[in-house]
Amino acid sequence: MLFSVDNLSPLHLDVLKEIGTIGAGNAATSLSKMLNRRIDMKVPEVKIAEFKDVEDLVGGAETPVVGIYLEFKGDISGTILLVLDVISARRITALLLGNADSNALSDDFSEIEVSALEEIGNILTAAYLGAISSFTGLIVKPSVPYFACDMLGAILSVPMIQFGQTSDRAMFIETDLINGTERLRSHFIVVPDMESFTVILNALGVE
Amino acid sequence: MDRIIKVGMADLNVIAGNGVLVTLGLGSCVGIALYDKTTKTAGLAHIMLPSSKLIKNNQNKAKFADTAVESLLELMMKMKAKKERIVAKIAGGAQMFSFKGSASDFLNIGERNVQATIEVLRQHGIPIVAQDTGGNYGRTIELHAANGILVVRTIGHGVKIL
Repeated sequence: MLFSVDNLSPLHLDVLKEIGTIGAGNAATSLSKMLNRRIDMKVPEVKIAEFKDVEDLVGGAETPVVGIYLEFKGDISGTILLVLDVISARRITALLLGNADSNALSDDFSEIEVSALEEIGNILTAAYLGAISSFTGLIVKPSVPYFACDMLGAILSVPMIQFGQTSDRAMFIETDLINGTERLRSHFIVVPDMESFTVILNALGVE
Repeated sequence: MDRIIKVGMADLNVIAGNGVLVTLGLGSCVGIALYDKTTKTAGLAHIMLPSSKLIKNNQNKAKFADTAVESLLELMMKMKAKKERIVAKIAGGAQMFSFKGSASDFLNIGERNVQATIEVLRQHGIPIVAQDTGGNYGRTIELHAANGILVVRTIGHGVKIL
């Protein structure tokens, strides 16, 4: 059967959720090491939503956000987008670069901040894809990361259009990374192409 | 206070007389704004893909340039608009991430959406009177039914009145 987001069974959802949880767990561990502090993680939520409702789900189409986009290839292929709200992105660059958090709301990131965020995107998505890989035994290689900071709707349009070729609905994995008392809200939007979905489920022995 | 109607992604709507049609955060998608000045009929679509013909799952007419324009025209003509009077303004079609080298052709989707929209409007004989497309940034657009003005707002790239 060719997989489609429109006919996900509860079992499929559980499998995706489990991969999401392990992936985000790996990502939190990597981030902890990089920032040299404890980062906890909330159990991710996997959501399936209609296109026209997705933006509201993530937090308003005009909200400025940071998006880090990668493609992956190998036994499976697709794209992955990490979305961070601007405040969380600022917090992360401040922690990483040791800066004072002076422009907490500015969406104008310096070159070194962009590099830092791309690197975070790299590490988080590598951890994420690593989870899929070790779970399934499939080989997955990510591309270099691409950065954008703009309206949420505009950034989301990139993976949404890819979903749009096969479905009217999209899949989102939302995870909060918790640093002491503050929450770094991140959304992973994982878009394997549809054949890859079948490959993943087969590799896991799920019909 | 004007009535505001939100048009989501892969969505369309029409109004007449007064009110505003708004679509938020256009990226690689294209906003197609049609307007008949005489009847003050306005229609707005937020399309995601160039053509319904290459894709199996194509029930949602608002998702594709070709079917969205057809649907908008149909709805507007039901509201007494005349096709000969309708003009178009288009916005969006950005490339949000700047990819170098090996990136797939998918990444030109913004540009392809714009080209497909221009072609579909040409086939229907609808003139494009204003256009704000391309670039690497998102746009929010508002179409005002009272006068046909299209306001384009961005983050860090100013506001344009088309």
